[in-house]
Amino acid sequence: MTADTPRDEAKIVWPFVLAALLSLIGLADAIYLTVQHLTGASLRCTIISGCSEVLSSRYAQFHSIPLAAIGAAAYFLVFSLAVLAAFRYPFVRLSLMIVVALMFLTTLWLLYLQAFVIHHFCQYCLLSAAVTTGLLVVVGLSGVRPGTPR
Amino acid sequence: MVMKRLLPFVIIAAVLVVALIGGWILLRSPKTVDPGTTPTSDSEPPGAQPPHIRGNPNAKVTLEEFGDFQCPTCGAFYPEVKKMEEEYGDRLKVIFREFPLVPPHQHALEAAQAAEAAGLQGPDKFWQMHDKLYENQKAWSDVKDVMPAFIDYAKQIGLDTDRFSRDFSGEEVSRRIFQDGKRGHALGVSGTPSFFVNGKELKEFSIDALRDLVKQAVNGANNQ
Repeated sequence: MTADTPRDEAKIVWPFVLAALLSLIGLADAIYLTVQHLTGASLRCTIISGCSEVLSSRYAQFHSIPLAAIGAAAYFLVFSLAVLAAFRYPFVRLSLMIVVALMFLTTLWLLYLQAFVIHHFCQYCLLSAAVTTGLLVVVGLSGVRPGTPR
Repeated sequence: MVMKRLLPFVIIAAVLVVALIGGWILLRSPKTVDPGTTPTSDSEPPGAQPPHIRGNPNAKVTLEEFGDFQCPTCGAFYPEVKKMEEEYGDRLKVIFREFPLVPPHQHALEAAQAAEAAGLQGPDKFWQMHDKLYENQKAWSDVKDVMPAFIDYAKQIGLDTDRFSRDFSGEEVSRRIFQDGKRGHALGVSGTPSFFVNGKELKEFSIDALRDLVKQAVNGANNQ
């Protein structure tokens, strides 16, 4: 038994499986938005949606990188860390919690922009916000459970 | 044991591959024109008469757009449509129909009124205001009162601003917007921009698909 092989490695930590599945939803959403961004203006204006306003605003990119692409990378990172945490790899949980916390803070900022600056909401962005909030809850609750290795 | 230790990395790699392939397929998919475009019939309401036409009125190919001047996607399509007008010259006729979406666009109706009021002072004035509204979309979309900007555009394109202000709230302008909207609803338009090329709706929604559909129609007209 090596130092980085926990005793009970056969057991999968299910909350992190849930976090991995949640991050897959976020990843699919972010990939879709990235493709929309790269293929040009292909989100039509409709009465019920503010997607075109949000995704064509100057906040939709960061130094000419689509924000959605950064989101996709972040969700993939969360997925990877969650899978490793589910298999009880050491030193992963703290990184996962930090990444998810940073993503949640970014989400709050983006919600603020949609509500008070752009004055429109995009349902794909709201889905991403819901996923990130779910991740914060799942990862946060798993992190405070006693008796599990970090 | 080794297999078990490698399993998470296999899962991560598999998801990465699936994500990259999925993204690539999505990126490639909007490039084709949907063959299942829907032809419109003559029984639809005709829309405002006379319509706003740019290009050759006798061209065999007609591109009819239902647009909203505050819609960012319409703003993104605007330079592309203009490029096609220049590219195809006399072979293309472009018709613009009003389809202001209020909500979500708080000034869309006022912008449609401004364009129509300009149009009452000459067909070219409509198109000059049309261009001004799209080119300056970001400047007026977020302001509280759009009238100073619209009157400024009216001055810039040489309109009689007193008449423009009167016509802006006039019956003729409202009637034209209503008639265009009625035609749009009858054709099943629910969002903007919506394009019809010789009566066939562009269903695969992208700039490339629009270019392809127009190109197909122009080539078809040339071969007749």
